[in-house]
Amino acid sequence: MGVVNVRELTGKSNPLAEGHRMCPGCGAPTALRQAFMGMDSPVVVVGATGCLEVSTTVYPYSSWRAPFLHVAFENAGAAVSGVVAAHRAMSRKKLFREEIKFVAFGGDGGTYDIGFQSLSGALERGHDFTYICYNNQGYMNTGAQRSGATPRSANTTTSPAGILAPGKLQRAKNLTEIAAAHNIPYVAQTTLHDPLDLIRKVRRAVETPGPAFVNILVPCALFWKINPADQVKICRLAADSKFWPIYEVVNGERVVSYTPKKPVPVEDFLRAQGRYAHLFAGGGVRRDLIDQAQADVDAEWENLTQNRRSS
Amino acid sequence: MSGGAPCWQDILPGTVTLGESSRVVETGLWRSLRPILDVEKCVSCLKCWVQCPDMSIQTGEGGAVQGIDMFFCKGCGICAAVCPTGAISIRPESDFQDEADASSGGASPGKVGELVGQL
Ligand code: SF4
Ligand code: SF4
Repeated sequence: MGVVNVRELTGKSNPLAEGHRMCPGCGAPTALRQAFMGMDSPVVVVGATGCLEVSTTVYPYSSWRAPFLHVAFENAGAAVSGVVAAHRAMSRKKLFREEIKFVAFGGDGGTYDIGFQSLSGALERGHDFTYICYNNQGYMNTGAQRSGATPRSANTTTSPAGILAPGKLQRAKNLTEIAAAHNIPYVAQTTLHDPLDLIRKVRRAVETPGPAFVNILVPCALFWKINPADQVKICRLAADSKFWPIYEVVNGERVVSYTPKKPVPVEDFLRAQGRYAHLFAGGGVRRDLIDQAQADVDAEWENLTQNRRSS
Repeated sequence: MSGGAPCWQDILPGTVTLGESSRVVETGLWRSLRPILDVEKCVSCLKCWVQCPDMSIQTGEGGAVQGIDMFFCKGCGICAAVCPTGAISIRPESDFQDEADASSGGASPGKVGELVGQL
């Protein structure tokens, strides 16, 4: 796989170009930009509808240096399958000799929820592509509605924190484990705490023959209600509190790629974000929900280190 | 259409958007905070370069950090937050108001046709 040398990467052109209209301090362009840094072959990019798709293709501009295909919200998995199959057929007819990598991306809305069936089909059929989910845990493009990736207790516009409910009542589904349950060769989970980890994982994903899935937790400054400058700090808290375990599943084996030297309570991660402010507001600290979040995190970490499928 | 602004029906079908054409869009106009690089303090560790969401940290030969591209930088402050040597400081954009008034001849997101024509 080789060591990642950031200095050498500065000279390379990136498929994602300047002038995109993502919010200041958004984690999604950083995630995709870092993901592409690790790739050496030309790449074809397929995007599901979402923040990154709309903000990189504002008519009449494009922020893509690579061929880019967007069809709809629900079918990035199907669209990339078709592109991969077409490339194979054309290569067989010797119309193509170049090695090309295929990357599809979607936010959590386009991946966990709306695009899930087409992604599941693409993983099951075994096309040779990498799917990157930039997961900001909600439908942020349309104003922070809850998604299947929104964690318990987070305040969103469709799971508002108020008198009747303390934010979202359900746990987020564990899509990394669901992807791994397709028995694909490579699945990984990371965040922006360590660019070298992200770059290495995506490089490994694209170099692995067959489908690969990488789930990247990215802060949405606007709806996580954080200072945009704190993006990397929040990601480190996510990793150090084990709220977002940094690991990969290689041919079914779970390998933890980052064990925090100084683990922090998940409370520190929650407290740092305005979307959980109601848990700490007005003296009425919701100790029960904070303890619940910690118990969820501990149980998942236990499963992970025992190489058991998480719930 | 009955006068007024053109509608979607009036747009010609089959348009082509050129690759990386968003590079004419001055997202720096959004900035309310401005990062200032002190090259004396910078050790070119590239932590800011790799974490900038807007590819605005300019590098030269061997990855040496040379400056910050104010045309694209949105002033998020991530670069300053991750810099281990304190080489980047953040100042309110209002400190630079005179400069902005003097240089409004730059590209702006409104000048669509003109700018695409230059690509
Ligand atoms: S303030 Fe944000 S956009 Fe500007 S150079 Fe720093 S990290 Fe990049
Ligand atoms: S993080 Fe600081 S020291 Fe490192 S390259 Fe950027 S400005 Fe220079």
